[in-house]
Amino acid sequence: MSTDRPYKILVVDDEPDLEPLILQRMRRDIRRKQYTFVFARNGIEALQKLSVDESIDLVLSDINMPQMDGLTLLSQIPNVSTDVRSVIISAYGDMKNIRTAMNRGAFDFVTKPIDFDDLRVTIERTLSHLLEWRDALESRNKLTVLQNELDIASNMQQSLLPSHFPEGDAFQVYGKMEPARNVGGDFFDILNREQGRLGVVVADVSDKGVPAALFMMSSRTLIRAMSIGSATPGEVLASVNELLLEDNDSTMFVTLFYAVYDPENGTFTYANGGHNPPLLVHPDGSSEELPLTGGIALGLVPDFEYEEHSLRLMPGDALILYTDGVTEAMNEDQEEFGVPRLVEVFSASPPIDAEDTTGRVFESVHDFAGDADQSDDITCMVLHRRK
Amino acid sequence: MDISTERQGTTLFANVGDRIDGTEARNFQETLTNVIDDEVKALILDLEKLTYISSAGLRVILLTARVLQRQGGKLAICSLSDPIREVFEISGFDKIIPVHSTREEAASAIGA
Repeated sequence: MSTDRPYKILVVDDEPDLEPLILQRMRRDIRRKQYTFVFARNGIEALQKLSVDESIDLVLSDINMPQMDGLTLLSQIPNVSTDVRSVIISAYGDMKNIRTAMNRGAFDFVTKPIDFDDLRVTIERTLSHLLEWRDALESRNKLTVLQNELDIASNMQQSLLPSHFPEGDAFQVYGKMEPARNVGGDFFDILNREQGRLGVVVADVSDKGVPAALFMMSSRTLIRAMSIGSATPGEVLASVNELLLEDNDSTMFVTLFYAVYDPENGTFTYANGGHNPPLLVHPDGSSEELPLTGGIALGLVPDFEYEEHSLRLMPGDALILYTDGVTEAMNEDQEEFGVPRLVEVFSASPPIDAEDTTGRVFESVHDFAGDADQSDDITCMVLHRRK
Repeated sequence: MDISTERQGTTLFANVGDRIDGTEARNFQETLTNVIDDEVKALILDLEKLTYISSAGLRVILLTARVLQRQGGKLAICSLSDPIREVFEISGFDKIIPVHSTREEAASAIGA
């Protein structure tokens, strides 16, 4: 047993003879600073001592005492201290009182006349139980602290996502992310680029939790940094890929779609690092997925060249950029939401604006999933060219 | 993880179960780690039954490929259903992990 301080034992007995007896028989333990003893003559005195002295670890109490007996004392102890254990001293064979004592929270008992070897073993066992309990309590507190930190991380992560959505006469953009666990791997970003152009990013980091969140943060920072200036989407992905590879021993990767939109003429130029293709919805409700460009997820293969594609959004077109949390959302029958259902949402009533469209995607996914658990982050961002 | 393996000399065939989501990915990794010893030179993952794989699952395949590479071995996958083939194409993983239509084709391609 660890003894960074002597354990303090409160002995409660109305017999005045017990005090000198204990001090004499336990003198070696006292000298070795294993235990210190304090004494009380009845339950009331014991409760008083317990309420003023928090350093008492163990109560060793007789049963029959004037004013307040040992059994009453046991039932009162939790009111003054929860960090103490009790051992009862009973008459030999007094099973009725022993049982009552145990029911009221006594940890163990010794019988009269006291066998001091037995008492020593009992005290040690009781104290080691107390220590385990204190350890468990400490772990629980640490866990609570950790949980709080994760909540803070989650809030930080949410606060990194755009909360202000740029719009102009010709366009509107809107997005939202719903994390599955406290901290997730999805993100989206909207960047103001030169000459009124707009950079849009949607990304999904492999796996979940804290490592994914850290990888997400560096991906976000890198894409922000590398997309400044005149680099094209393909060049931006290539340089972010190299930087992510530099110290990635953990084979984390991120699927990332990056595009630059020019509201002047509706030109949308993109490069795709292994991300699922956005859905282009036309004002008549028809839609198509953007062609793949053969790019690999970022952080995996060095010196990779990312192909670019360009298209022109026509007035009324909405581009739905999303992560697989949308299409792989499951209902209770283990069916996936899938691209066809996403297409269906808009085939009957085409998008009105970006915010409404984003809302409808989430609404449809939630309706479909019902009470099934959300297993992945869900992200959706919509770019709408006004009519 | 519902996965059965079959060994022929230094070649290992593994029949992978139907789903590898975030939770299953850990079991998948554990199972593969347990069956791959220093002698294994080729691992062929038969994905015929697989209907869903998450990004965490893809990562396990990638990690396994690297483990094998370090001991001079190779990994290939075969018998992909359409949705799984699509996942490999979209993520670009088909450029990192060789994809084959049958076990036999996979085995002869990686010299097993």
